[in-house]
Amino acid sequence: MVMEDLAIALATDLDGTFPTVVETMGSQLFWGLRRICGDHQEAEDLTQETFIRAYRALGGYDSARIREMSLRPWLWTIAMNLGRNHVRDRARRPTYVELTEAGADDPEPVDNAAWDKRLAALSGPQRAAVVLRHVVGLSIAEISETTGRPEGTVKADVHRGLARLRETIEVEK
Amino acid sequence: MSIEHQLEGLIRGLPSGISEGVALGTGLAEGYDFYDSALGQVIVTFNPEGVSSLDIADGFEDRYTERFGRPLIRAEAPQAWSRHIQESIERGTPGDLPVDLRSVTEFQRRVLRTTAGIPKGEVRPYGWVAYEIESPKAVRAVGSAVARNPIPLIIPCHRVVRSDGHIGNYSLGGPHNKVELLQHEGARPELLEELASHNVRVRADESTGTYHHPSCHLVRSATDVLDLRSSEVAETQGFRPCRACRPHG
Repeated sequence: MVMEDLAIALATDLDGTFPTVVETMGSQLFWGLRRICGDHQEAEDLTQETFIRAYRALGGYDSARIREMSLRPWLWTIAMNLGRNHVRDRARRPTYVELTEAGADDPEPVDNAAWDKRLAALSGPQRAAVVLRHVVGLSIAEISETTGRPEGTVKADVHRGLARLRETIEVEK
Repeated sequence: MSIEHQLEGLIRGLPSGISEGVALGTGLAEGYDFYDSALGQVIVTFNPEGVSSLDIADGFEDRYTERFGRPLIRAEAPQAWSRHIQESIERGTPGDLPVDLRSVTEFQRRVLRTTAGIPKGEVRPYGWVAYEIESPKAVRAVGSAVARNPIPLIIPCHRVVRSDGHIGNYSLGGPHNKVELLQHEGARPELLEELASHNVRVRADESTGTYHHPSCHLVRSATDVLDLRSSEVAETQGFRPCRACRPHG
């Protein structure tokens, strides 16, 4: 389902459609967060919490507003805001289920440790900009909306971040 | 391979558990877990609002689906609640445990909240509950509200008995379970049945000048006890109603 159709479906049947939103956007959200925060468990928690907050927020919107929404940047705005407050809130939130490491049968597994190291060399804003632009695939304008930073700054962050990654990978060789 | 291309390839599947965690956290599905009780193993369901139902484990899923029809996920209750749930089952009162009674009507919620306050080891007639919620004529409606209690044991509907004092019916597996529960918490159901069959509704304590529900803990150890047919009879003989058990209905 394309994003616009998903927003329309959500506007008419929030409860029935929300699981599809999780299915459609969950892996992007999780793996983007995983790369930005560098911690598997924290990325799982943030992903789960982002969707729960999103669901509660949608419950208070009228259907015209939901229909017009750009779901992806909206979800990422929630996720990035949560990420900022996450460490502080962690102790208070209930944990519902034991979560397990995924991807054991992945034919081309991601070298998480290597990517954590490479991305750790970037500044926080650079890392977020590079991941949102090239892992998640948001536009510069959407990243600006999501992070609250001007488009010119986001562009520069992506540019410098990529350059830094290239250097790091050169050194690895 | 360009760095951009490598970055694009970093998205994999969603780790297992996240979809379920979201379903539970939003309340789109309810979690359930097993607990021990005087009646054996029971299942408690919960959502972000609180505990929503309790049933005996055998045949649970079919009955749950028929009545509530929501997706179910086996899960541990939120940490802040899990110890509370076991305690609430043992004590027969919700205490501080949040309960979700959205599945019943406002009238039924009032009945169940009053029921939740009946002390362990004591019983009250349907008429008493009706009186307490200021609907003294709605005795039958109270009866069906109690029968629809979604969270038995935690909301102790086994402590509500027929207005003639007999133990009466029970939704969680039948009347023998009600007798067993009352026995288990020291309410002496055989004595209550015997008093009921002799038309005893209240017991008066001559040393304190008060009258009580037969199961009231304050009359239990009294020595000079008068068995009476009604609170009216007790009043005409000059007894005052007990402030703890409020024997009016």
